Amino acid sequence: MTDVSPGLILLLGALLVPLLRGRARSIYMLALPVLAFVHLAALPYGSFGAFEFLDMNLVTLRVDRLSSIFGYIFLIAALVSVIYSLHVRDVVQQTASLIYAGSAVGAVFAGDLVTLFVFWEGTAIASVVLIWARGTEASYRAGMRYLIIQVLSGLLLFFGVLLNYRVAGSISFDALNLETQAGLLIFLAFGIKCAFPLLHNWLEDAYPEATVTGTVWLSAFTTKLAVYSLARGYAGTEILVPIGAAMTAFPIFYAVIENDLRRVLAYSLNNQLGFMVVGIGIGTELSLNGTAAHAFCHILYKALLFMSMGAVLYRVGTVKGSELGGLYKSMPWTTVFCIIGAASISAFPLFSGFISKSLILSAAMKEGYFWTWIVLLFASAGVFHHSGIKIPYFAFFAHDSGKRCEEAPLNMLVAMAIAAAFCIGLGIMPGLLYSHLPFPVDYHPYSVEHVVTQLQLLMFSALAFTVLMRTGLYPPELKSVNLDFDWTYRRLGKSVLQSLMSFGQQIDSRGTATLTRTVKAFLSRLYRHHGPQGVLARSWPTGSMAFWTTLLLGACLIVYYF
Amino acid sequence: MTKRKRQSRRTPASKGEKLYWLDEPRNVNKVVYALYAICGLLFVIDPLIHKHGPFAVEHWLGFYGIFGFVACVALVLAAKELRRLLMRPEDYYDD
Repeated sequence: MTDVSPGLILLLGALLVPLLRGRARSIYMLALPVLAFVHLAALPYGSFGAFEFLDMNLVTLRVDRLSSIFGYIFLIAALVSVIYSLHVRDVVQQTASLIYAGSAVGAVFAGDLVTLFVFWEGTAIASVVLIWARGTEASYRAGMRYLIIQVLSGLLLFFGVLLNYRVAGSISFDALNLETQAGLLIFLAFGIKCAFPLLHNWLEDAYPEATVTGTVWLSAFTTKLAVYSLARGYAGTEILVPIGAAMTAFPIFYAVIENDLRRVLAYSLNNQLGFMVVGIGIGTELSLNGTAAHAFCHILYKALLFMSMGAVLYRVGTVKGSELGGLYKSMPWTTVFCIIGAASISAFPLFSGFISKSLILSAAMKEGYFWTWIVLLFASAGVFHHSGIKIPYFAFFAHDSGKRCEEAPLNMLVAMAIAAAFCIGLGIMPGLLYSHLPFPVDYHPYSVEHVVTQLQLLMFSALAFTVLMRTGLYPPELKSVNLDFDWTYRRLGKSVLQSLMSFGQQIDSRGTATLTRTVKAFLSRLYRHHGPQGVLARSWPTGSMAFWTTLLLGACLIVYYF
Repeated sequence: MTKRKRQSRRTPASKGEKLYWLDEPRNVNKVVYALYAICGLLFVIDPLIHKHGPFAVEHWLGFYGIFGFVACVALVLAAKELRRLLMRPEDYYDD
């Protein structure tokens, strides 16, 4: 049994889902992540499941501290997501979501790059189903764009692995570097899935278009798989520090003016990934612990926030900030859970974000990254502003929209309650998480200095929000879309393609015209000479033949004579 | 916000509904004043906190609070200006 990856339990188990009906299917789907979790907990550290394939040694299961922590949180996220999706009766979505989670877990435990590639593509293909299942034209198109970009990431990984195998003769998934072409290709593949700046837009484009439950699944796996892969392959790669810092900062500007609240959350997901990427770039034990811890906490509070907005979408039919407000009267429990998620992502003391983000900020301080630290501090204030305040405020408070609905279904509330319990539990007892991090931890987040400075940062950010609101300076929620990098391929690319096509058409029509004219001229000349009336087609009388022959002979005689 | 709350009491759906604590503008004010008080307190105790960080700015009086306030105001106003450049009608991409 030690040779079986926990991912395969979900992945192969998912194939049986269509055979079951009703309650049996629900129980079965709940049992799969639990079973995989128990299996993982029983696994010793080491490499298992090795076999030879085309002269390559594949290691399908590598268990160590780094892969375990990601494996555990992926399985917890899968269980919470299954509970949240219990009301769904769509067998395609149910199967795809488990295959998706299974692929992500399988990828995390991959001991070599070929196994990683197989599961990497698995996450791409299974996850797009969750976007298409929404059944709208917009989701179909967004899903298509998403799939193209995800498959592109897979292709880059494929060529990187191939090149690595040819040049270095190895497919092992350990420390890689940017000096080789192969390393660069793999880095780009990870970068796309991790939503690096300018490679990020698939995330904000596609996640908000997925189904109510689909977005919760999506938020957990793809990007954190990329974070894990970067941490495994590129820890201490200096360039990741500025990349991560940029990722924390620029999405928050979009988050402030975005109207679709699930898209606001997608932007803040991108921002949170930035913190993890900075941690990988710094590359010390403290910062890598921070990345792992932050990924763990982030998956839970981000899922919680997406679940609360999903519940609003499910009950009200929209998550546009301009149409919501006052929902705390109808959905008090969802409101409370949303606020817990908001407090966690904002890193309030006693909530999970506080004990994980601190590790990364402290590492940046300790290593003397001053500007990075300033940017991260700015992003921390910003994330409180748009995720911590904006999300709950515009959905549940603000101007009463007059919308009245039922509270979220029981299964959604249970899933949110579990995630919320984790958010508070980890915030109060950080040791539970710290003891499972990749490296030994000697860190105490609850010092007076740390608590007070964090509260100062957050409370004054709240003060800024209040002042801007009361003075009417805060930009209202407006029905709109905001241009982001996807403009380059949704608009610019399209118009370039269109003008190229019309240019081609012009060439085509002009070319055809010239050709037709030439051929016509040629034919008419041919006709003139060879046609029924043509000189060369005339039948000549014998008399004229004799005349011309005599003339020629005469000419010859004259020439010869002289 | 106060103005909006007053308006909200006139929305048709809230007629005959029970009035919540936050429906009363006075109570919203209470929340805001509490926030002012907390901020004031956090600013006042700042000199008492011994900071260990390596960066000099951290030791400036009330650095974290002022930074948080300025950062958020700058963020929101910058984002508001960005709207001129980035904002398009909802159906911009549909054709």
